[in-house]
Amino acid sequence: MNPFSLDGKTVLVTGASSGIGRGIAISCAEMGAKVILNGRNRERLEETLSQMSGAGHLIMPCDLSKQEDLEALADALPELHGWVNSAGIPKVCPIKHFNREEVEEIFNVNITSTMLLLSMLVKKKKLKRGSSVVLISAVTGAFVGSKGDTSYCATKGAVNGFMKGAALELAPQGIRINSINPGLVPTNILNLANDIAGEEHHTEIMLDKYPLKRLGTPEDIAHGAIYLLSDASSWVTGTNLVIDGGYLLN
Amino acid sequence: MDIKEFIENFAGEFDETPMEMFTPETDYKALDEWNSLTALSIVAMVDEVYNKTITGADLRNHTTIAELAEFVENK
Repeated sequence: MNPFSLDGKTVLVTGASSGIGRGIAISCAEMGAKVILNGRNRERLEETLSQMSGAGHLIMPCDLSKQEDLEALADALPELHGWVNSAGIPKVCPIKHFNREEVEEIFNVNITSTMLLLSMLVKKKKLKRGSSVVLISAVTGAFVGSKGDTSYCATKGAVNGFMKGAALELAPQGIRINSINPGLVPTNILNLANDIAGEEHHTEIMLDKYPLKRLGTPEDIAHGAIYLLSDASSWVTGTNLVIDGGYLLN
Repeated sequence: MDIKEFIENFAGEFDETPMEMFTPETDYKALDEWNSLTALSIVAMVDEVYNKTITGADLRNHTTIAELAEFVENK
């Protein structure tokens, strides 16, 4: 039996409509999981589904920033062996231009919804003993700073703190919680930052800051998620899996 | 749009550059203090004060503050 197999496992992927979340959903299906796809836009989730192998996958769209949607999702879900949260938004804004509404919005999407959905899943006993929760965080905010998107950094630091506390609190129930901290993976989420800095920004960062001389792909991150979801990592909880092409070495 | 006011708002996003450096003819990208963060600040200022959304490409495609002001006005 391949310890990395996800055969027979049911995995929820939130934020599955694009980027890293979509890549994770596709890879989990390849490894044998039944995947439940969540995101706000049904059409984009259908597009993810069309790229997935295997059968028995489900689409359950909702807006996780709305409490009633979140509770309805938790009620409708079957028992889970795993949950990967990849729902998140960027925010490029210098500190002196902060406003309360925008700061609250990014916290709501990037950490508050994660906390409340985990709470619901635990309360409604949807996470089976031996299940694994994987929170997609970042290297910025958790390990290093980044200027111009400090509110994003703050939410990713919060993901890190929540992951560690939750791992300890839920360990007696056999629920493992870890994070993946990716370096730069070009997806739609980065468009604004690129737009401001110019296209040359990417090449420059790649050559100067990534020792492995390329940026990440959704598959790079998905392979880490497969490890953390599978029984191969059954003695791993509360840890950060950094997948960054060596970025943090500098 | 009042160009004088636009220049004041523009200059307000800089910390080191003296006010007299900011004129309608200033080539803003040539300022020592111009970098990705000041660029972001100008995008945020235009959004807040003028309620218009401009992009990094718009900043790259104009040269003087007056040109940028005209672009924002007509946006």
